[in-house]
Amino acid sequence: MVQPVLSIKSLVVEIPTRKGVLRPVDQVSYDIFPGEILGIVGESGAGKSMTGNAVIGLLERPARIVSGNVLLSGNPIHNLSASEFRKIRGKKIGMIFQDPLTSLNPLLTVGEQLVETIIEHLAVSKKEAQERAIAALEEVGIPAARERIGSYPHEFSGGMRQRVVIALALCAEPDFVIADEPTTALDVSVQAQIIALLKRLCRERGVGVMLVTHDMGVIAEAADRVAVMYAGRLAELGAVRDVLTAPKHPYTYGLMGSTPLASRGLKRLKQIPGSMPRLGALPEGCAFSPRCDFAQEVCKTGSSPFIADEDAQAACWFPLQHTKLRSSK
Amino acid sequence: MLAYILRRIFQSLIVLLAVGFVAFAMFSFVGDPVDNMLGQERTQADIERLREQLGLDQPFIVQYWRFLEQAAQGNFGLSYRQGRPVSEIIAERLPATVELALVSGFLAFIGGVGLGVFTAIRRHGLLPSFIMTASLVGVSLPTFLIGILLIYIFSVELGWLPSFGRGEVVDLGGWTTGFLTASGLKALILPAITLGLYQMTLIMRLVRTEMLEVLRMDYIRFARARGLTEKTINFRHALKNTLVPVITITGLQLGSIIAFAIITETVFQWPGVGLLFINAVQFVDIPVMAAYLMMISVMFVGINLIVDVLYFAIDPRLRIERSVGGH
Repeated sequence: MVQPVLSIKSLVVEIPTRKGVLRPVDQVSYDIFPGEILGIVGESGAGKSMTGNAVIGLLERPARIVSGNVLLSGNPIHNLSASEFRKIRGKKIGMIFQDPLTSLNPLLTVGEQLVETIIEHLAVSKKEAQERAIAALEEVGIPAARERIGSYPHEFSGGMRQRVVIALALCAEPDFVIADEPTTALDVSVQAQIIALLKRLCRERGVGVMLVTHDMGVIAEAADRVAVMYAGRLAELGAVRDVLTAPKHPYTYGLMGSTPLASRGLKRLKQIPGSMPRLGALPEGCAFSPRCDFAQEVCKTGSSPFIADEDAQAACWFPLQHTKLRSSK
Repeated sequence: MLAYILRRIFQSLIVLLAVGFVAFAMFSFVGDPVDNMLGQERTQADIERLREQLGLDQPFIVQYWRFLEQAAQGNFGLSYRQGRPVSEIIAERLPATVELALVSGFLAFIGGVGLGVFTAIRRHGLLPSFIMTASLVGVSLPTFLIGILLIYIFSVELGWLPSFGRGEVVDLGGWTTGFLTASGLKALILPAITLGLYQMTLIMRLVRTEMLEVLRMDYIRFARARGLTEKTINFRHALKNTLVPVITITGLQLGSIIAFAIITETVFQWPGVGLLFINAVQFVDIPVMAAYLMMISVMFVGINLIVDVLYFAIDPRLRIERSVGGH
């Protein structure tokens, strides 16, 4: 069996506050394999980005990992010191940010930003770093890369800037990339191009990708597997096809129901009643139970439901057993 | 770029015209100079003659134009008190003020940026907290009090540094400098600190605030995510972005350092233009006051202009947007 490039096991992130301890990430486990794109979906505040930040070691204080493991190619990285972690950032784990307009330094040319990253991680001369920078820009589809390497970020369009960001994240050849909402700030037409680019690079280089998004369309387009998060926990994990067409967790079911699909026609979209509870005020039992149409007594009692992972794919007492979601709703 | 600079120069000229008007107005409205210049024993014919001689019989606009014409050539007439050309007196005094201002501006910038960056990077800890608290003292203590305190400690009690004057100066073809003699340098220390301390604390607080702001930006997080060292992030990525607004303020502060050297020069009896101005006020020496006013405004406007141009050098975004706008 292939070793996962990233393996998260029972990861818990806590934020101590004056009103008590919050758990934005609670008992999350999943694996990402080389060449695979794992989509992470969920509402704002579900803990998607927080998981990504925990993996790359950029949690902002006072948030911290209190338990669980993060293994990168089999080596634990959750307990590295700050300076050790810095060395694997960029080199082993790349990260793509949401807004290409703000994630590039406006006062440095894209070439300078690429070269400094390459020199930081790879033992190459400045001249070679320059060549590699040009190659990196060509690879992400920047036309006339050799001429444009001296351009400043503002001289590129939004989509082109996101390509530069991807080139920057991949220029030191990491094995694993976290893409935190990489298409949210882009035009729809550009979104498709960026997704296609991510997919191609992932396949060609065998890079594992954690694709954080709240856009089901992006998941359907790009991801191989999908992890659905709700209130800091994993609600469901599975192959995209299964999760999208036959969701087991009522939350995923509700999420699918509220996403417009061409196959479903122009019926009114179904909403999930209520909103996600704040982390400080999680209900007992299953966090989704107050909004769940299928909730029963056991869902609301103290005993917490089991946890979604590679084996049990939905964190639910009563996973939906349906055969024909597409036609019924 | 060129159009932008020309536009700025045009705006600067308007400002200078307005200030020139105020300076000129002082002559007309602060008493009649003819009264001062002719003694008690004067005839109506004397007055008429002198008026004609001085051009005071001309319409207001013509007088104003003449004043500007003369001022543009650096001619502000004779000092009422010393009877010598004002331009000569100022040229004599200017080196002292310029040297003092440059040294204290330099100290303020280096110290302010250094401490600002330090307190921004190390937000927690005893030393940064102490510096922040101490900077409040720098901001709130009036300049003359700082000067008197420094004189008390270093001149009166310790006897290390002189309490007044410029020390020995060397004359380099019309420019007297205190940089070349030991006593000149020693004399410079206390006034420079006095004049620069307020500016330094101001720059420091500004740098700290800006830097903290910049450190929260996405591109800093992205730089971290790319595994760059803290040193690179702080000094290559953050500092450069921090300095854009800081340079404006610092540039403008240099103007006010020169303009408000008046107090420091008075405390230390520093023979610069500030002291000259204070003395001119005491003796209602209007030509000197008008010349000083014009000089300071030319300086402020000039510094503003330079700061605007510096922006282009630092921020590549301006270069593009302006040239696009020019089409």
